[in-house]
Amino acid sequence: MSTRHHFEYVGTRPIRHDGVDKVTGRAAFGADFSLPGMLYGAVVRSPHAHARIVSIDTSAAEAVPGVKAIVTGRDIPKTNKKVWLGGEGALDLGDMGDNALAHEKVLYDGHAIAAVAASTLEAAREAARLVRIEYDVLEPAMTLERALAADAPILHPEMTTGGKPIPGATGPTNIAARMEIKRGDVDAGFAEADVIVEHEFRTPMVHQGYIEPHATVARVGADGRIIVWTTTQGPFLVRDACAGILHLDAANVRVVPSEIGGGFGGKIPVYLEPLAIVLSQKSGRPVKMVMDRSDVFRATGPTSGCHIVMKMGAKRDGTLVAASASMWYEAGAYKGSPYGAAAMCALACYNVPNFFVEAYDVVVNKPKVAAYRAPGSPMSTLATESLMDELARRLEMDPIELRLKNAVATGDHAPYGPKYGPIGLRQVLEAVREHPHWSAPLGPNQGRGVACGFWFNGGMNSSATVSLDSDGSATVVTGNPDIGGTRAAQAMMVSEELGIPVERVRPVVGDTDTAGYTDLSAGSRVCYATGMAVIRAAEDVREQLRLRAAKIWKIEPDQVVWEGGQARSLVAGDDKQPLSVSAIAATLAKTGGPIVGRASLNAPMAGPAFAAHICDLELDRETGCSKIVRYTAIQDAGKAVHPSYVEGQMQGGAAQGIGWALNEEYIFNAKGTMENPGFLDYRMPVASDLPMIDTVIVEVANPSHPYGVRGVGEVPIVPPLAAVANAMRSVTGIRFGQMPMSPPRVLAETTTRREEPAVAMSS
Amino acid sequence: MATDVSRIHVETTINGEPVEFLCEGHDTLLMALRDAVGLTGTKEGCSTGDCGACSVMLDGRLVPSCLVLAPEAQGRAVTTIEGIAKDGKLHPLQQQFLQHAALQCGICTPGFIVAAKALLDVNSNPTESEARYWLAGNLCRCTGYDKIIRAVLDAAAETQKVTV
Repeated sequence: MSTRHHFEYVGTRPIRHDGVDKVTGRAAFGADFSLPGMLYGAVVRSPHAHARIVSIDTSAAEAVPGVKAIVTGRDIPKTNKKVWLGGEGALDLGDMGDNALAHEKVLYDGHAIAAVAASTLEAAREAARLVRIEYDVLEPAMTLERALAADAPILHPEMTTGGKPIPGATGPTNIAARMEIKRGDVDAGFAEADVIVEHEFRTPMVHQGYIEPHATVARVGADGRIIVWTTTQGPFLVRDACAGILHLDAANVRVVPSEIGGGFGGKIPVYLEPLAIVLSQKSGRPVKMVMDRSDVFRATGPTSGCHIVMKMGAKRDGTLVAASASMWYEAGAYKGSPYGAAAMCALACYNVPNFFVEAYDVVVNKPKVAAYRAPGSPMSTLATESLMDELARRLEMDPIELRLKNAVATGDHAPYGPKYGPIGLRQVLEAVREHPHWSAPLGPNQGRGVACGFWFNGGMNSSATVSLDSDGSATVVTGNPDIGGTRAAQAMMVSEELGIPVERVRPVVGDTDTAGYTDLSAGSRVCYATGMAVIRAAEDVREQLRLRAAKIWKIEPDQVVWEGGQARSLVAGDDKQPLSVSAIAATLAKTGGPIVGRASLNAPMAGPAFAAHICDLELDRETGCSKIVRYTAIQDAGKAVHPSYVEGQMQGGAAQGIGWALNEEYIFNAKGTMENPGFLDYRMPVASDLPMIDTVIVEVANPSHPYGVRGVGEVPIVPPLAAVANAMRSVTGIRFGQMPMSPPRVLAETTTRREEPAVAMSS
Repeated sequence: MATDVSRIHVETTINGEPVEFLCEGHDTLLMALRDAVGLTGTKEGCSTGDCGACSVMLDGRLVPSCLVLAPEAQGRAVTTIEGIAKDGKLHPLQQQFLQHAALQCGICTPGFIVAAKALLDVNSNPTESEARYWLAGNLCRCTGYDKIIRAVLDAAAETQKVTV
């Protein structure tokens, strides 16, 4: 596929089409939707992290005036269906359904057990309080160590370890899966090494932290047709998941996505939707359900906590010769941590001739993890990039020099197998070196860190239609909720193909009945894969326009070409004026009727994304409190369609990663109850915590896309943990393996040990 | 649940218009605005006063409407996001948020714009640091705040130009 290099609209910064609605309060998000006669739902949640449900008595709840319906696990027989998500594997609907409403056991604090619908929210909440549940409380497995112990409490007695077998393992287990990837001879590699560094890393569970809580309205009609209005990253997935979990015919389910107030992967699973549907079925009324923030923390998201032990070896000249790593990722209550992606990403930036990486998916009595921006990669990259930093120190090499020496380039093999096509890691590293930030002087108590990061980027299924109006304006419809400016990008692509101004293209987010099947707004895929469908659909319109011109001119179609946004006649000596889009559009009714272009495709995996971040951190040694004083994010975007929104992804990902590195963590007490399910105690970065975040967009075209687009959304969260940790290492002399580097932890470490690099060195 | 005690009748001014609504004594101003009055531009992110998504002005003072009881609006003036644009014309803050792409998902945007309006009302020429600390009560998870701060500072500069 040839990549375009000259653009009229792509690369400009028009105002987004949904912008005015969003700055005036008119945009309708999940909780903003209501229907006449609507009931309000409330969920009964487990106060125990691990317990067998002995009995559920709903009689007192049913007696509350205004209560119209109650649902428990008894109403939803478990399913064994799965939903396939292209390259991202399968979602187990049995687990998703049991997570939405517990059947035999509750597996974490906050696990839903029942839901009530009543004519007022107060009545629903009071009834929810009156649902009497008898529990047989079990010991929870709250840490990886406890979950992996020989006498561990077992979450799922039937669980066996999938993937690569664990030698000698028998009996019940909390290890849902194990995988390994390897290359060469790792022992021989380490034997060759002049320098070996090794360290242990631990990160806690953290939440995606979207500001909009989950919200849903479901209405079941007398004809059995179900409409669900919901805030989601994937309306088609909500449709198929609800149908699977509730044993419904998906043909009767329509899902209408609202504006979405952030997701970052956390609005892929269904939580409230199946409950609202059953409550609506039982009551015959529409049912609205909205989570509060505590529900969001306790029962949705988060991403895995993990434990990683990693070792890397290099020659004296900096050439990497070997690496080994073992990683254990918490899946939460059900299998499915991003352990595999973590293992594949760990060494994706470098050529390492000999490595062995093993990764475990471990269930614990915490909320079931959901995707979070480049799932798995930030943690394993913390390990790799921390050790690269230690290697550079041991070798007294410039950290960029060391990374450039080992950086993967086009034609190298990724650690997970395939050969890289055109990739931009080296260009990104060169851009770091040339950036004024890299050579700027540091102030007192300041340190600088740098780190790289990798993410695959998704492809998957997308559809688009472009309809041309007789006034020469166009509508583009896709099935991807717009989570950060994708409407604008899609309109710009139509403009680029048809030569009509961006303001005259109307981008529309369709629902499952009005848009062709389209996979999630996730995996950095919307601008890439759905964008490709939009371009193809616009090309389809352009081809039809060309044929109409031939018809108007009464010449053969092969005598008409499309050039510079207009149809031109190739007939020799012909003095026909070229026809613009609007000129042809004005004749539609007379030349064969309306023009609608369409495209649907299964996009290959997008071009891999590489990024590098530079972080300057200042430490207050008396309090252990640190502040990021300067930050630069550099990334290969392939081609930035709307550069402002590409920068926004880079800045936002960096801020989330900084929060992960410095403050964010799920805190559980010994009983397994989450102690900080609110924004006061789960401390996300605020405006006064951060500096401006400088960005540099590198553009190494991705050959799989007509404009060279790669995904941009996920990789920006990959480097920050290590970039911040490396800056902390510079200022304290201490290698922090445990996140977050919160003030109490930093104070404790800096006052009890000094300059202990905690690395081993051989030869 | 709803009790037999009759609901409270509140007469207030919202965005310059007289408005009446009925509420329970324990209802928050946020609930009244969204559910009783139908102004859903004010968002609920936490209901504990930590995220700023529900920011409104009460008699010119910036408050999280989730921590104000609805009956407290009696006889007072409330400004919500719906009242920031005047006569069909966007406020410079709204214009600058659009120009700077200072929103991604947009759920925090109404709260930020109301909070920033309250800032410019008391400090028409804030420094970056003043803007960052003033807006520290508003959480945004998408942008990293960079473009929001730039939009606020540019809106301040634009407002200054107009008033000079």
